[in-house]
Amino acid sequence: MGMTMAEKILAAHAGVELVKPGQFVEVNVDVVLANDITAPIAIREFERIGVEEVFDRDRVIMVPDHFTPNKDIQSAEQCRVLRDFARRQNLTHYFEVGRMGIEHVLLPEQGLVLPGDVIVGADSHTCTYGALGAFATGMGSTDIAVAMATGKVWMKVPETIKLVYHGQLQEGVGGKDLILYTIGLIGVDGARYQALEFSGEAVDALSMAGRFTMANMAIEAGAKAGLFAFDEKTQAYVESRARRPYTVYESDTPPLSPPTLGGMKGGRYAQVIEMDVSELEPQVAFPHLPSNVRPLSRVGEVPIDQAVIGSCTNGRLEDLQVAAQVLRGRKVHPRVRCIVIPGTQAVYLEAVRQGLVETFVEAGAVVSTPTCGPCLGGHMGVLAAGERCVSTTNRNFVGRMGHPESEVYLASPAVAAASAVLGRIGGPAELEIKD
Amino acid sequence: MKLTGKAWKYGANVDTDAIIPARYLNVSTPEELARHCMEDVDPEFAQKVQPGDIIVATTNFGCGSSREHAPLAIKGTGVSCVIATTFARIFYRNAINIGLPILECPAAEEIEAGQTLEIELETGKIHNLDTGQTFQAEPYPEFMMGIIRAGGLIEYTRVGG
Repeated sequence: MGMTMAEKILAAHAGVELVKPGQFVEVNVDVVLANDITAPIAIREFERIGVEEVFDRDRVIMVPDHFTPNKDIQSAEQCRVLRDFARRQNLTHYFEVGRMGIEHVLLPEQGLVLPGDVIVGADSHTCTYGALGAFATGMGSTDIAVAMATGKVWMKVPETIKLVYHGQLQEGVGGKDLILYTIGLIGVDGARYQALEFSGEAVDALSMAGRFTMANMAIEAGAKAGLFAFDEKTQAYVESRARRPYTVYESDTPPLSPPTLGGMKGGRYAQVIEMDVSELEPQVAFPHLPSNVRPLSRVGEVPIDQAVIGSCTNGRLEDLQVAAQVLRGRKVHPRVRCIVIPGTQAVYLEAVRQGLVETFVEAGAVVSTPTCGPCLGGHMGVLAAGERCVSTTNRNFVGRMGHPESEVYLASPAVAAASAVLGRIGGPAELEIKD
Repeated sequence: MKLTGKAWKYGANVDTDAIIPARYLNVSTPEELARHCMEDVDPEFAQKVQPGDIIVATTNFGCGSSREHAPLAIKGTGVSCVIATTFARIFYRNAINIGLPILECPAAEEIEAGQTLEIELETGKIHNLDTGQTFQAEPYPEFMMGIIRAGGLIEYTRVGG
């Protein structure tokens, strides 16, 4: 029997011919990542290991993005720990405010993570890079400390669930809707300890931005990684960016039984889940779990106080273009604060050049420097008790964006932008009717 | 290793924002983090928890972020062990790596708040001293037990290395 893409990447990095699910392997990593929240602990643990230098100064990457620009004295102290370490270790890729971005938007954009890589990051959304056909997974600071020192981590080879999305998506429905729908279907622990493999003509048709959005939220189903097959879109994306050679791995085609809708048949895969998404509506995840998903038509009357457009899930240029298209010539509802956060400095600059920033400001939205800020209730848009926010981010747990009595509704950039105008959760179609 | 303490009972999908809200991630010592452990779901927990107490929950405990602050906060409160039906993957690794014992046991559902539990880590046996029941959790592979005995992965690496 053949191997899945995830298994092939792990086998190659473990230096063995074959791996199977459940097997423990020690793998060489291509990139190790940490941010201003997780790196201080990783650095503290690294220094206790007793090695002098990181395994490779080109492959240990640090991005202060969560509480930056520094939100308070304690955050400033944490960022200083990163900065000092990066200087002491002479790290090639330390991204200072003004040249940085949200890590999971930044690293692919900079060509620092590539197809076929094993990437470990002290951030759960490290799985984003699976969109490139890499095996990327989040770990804690101590694991990352060991990886920084040795360039190796131990892993249990995960089973793979293959998700097959059939059909052509309706206009205005994209990667965010597909992944929310999927999490609603399989649950927040539906892929616990497993890898997801996204496939089918609906995701083949997605842009790289849409694929990054989907892979990003694999963790929200409990998955260890979420992978897409390499194709001409991946190639076009990495071609101009890659700073080193890379290898493409493809899943062997297992003998599949005839497709059954919502069925669970497969050869090598733990499960094959087939979905017809041709009639799928925009999706909204209600508080307080990403799996608490409803189609837009069943949302009802949900007034909002804030809309956030950005994050490692939806902070790419295409996301801002979609939001600007909705907001162009319209005004943010008087009751609503609309916060737009470009994912990186490059996205920001391009948004300025394309007139998107002008559109946002004219609509009455605020445009922030790249930061994770409000997504985790850090800064730049924290919620008060009783407030509701529609957000293009990835989590809506109790207290995620501020007060424990606030509420977060997860949606696509199109829905978030339309909701900002409507003052309640709704889609762009409603605006056209109003116009 | 024998652990004894009173159970604090929670449900499914206790996420890392519940264990330690992100607004407190501008600090990183177990002592500082412990003050806000479980704050948004159980504001009394951090004040009332006693050294040795045991957190018991159902499925997918520790889902969400990769923040090691979550098991560190729990360890900082003096909690001796977390028992759950299942754990989220990253939390599981993190807890073992920092030397916080955690046990997967389907019978976690049956344990009630306030009951006194006694745990034998080596065998994975959980005794409910209030009801007289004994539950069997999945015992650790030897290398993981070694990490816990050493107090964490770094200690284990240094001692073993």
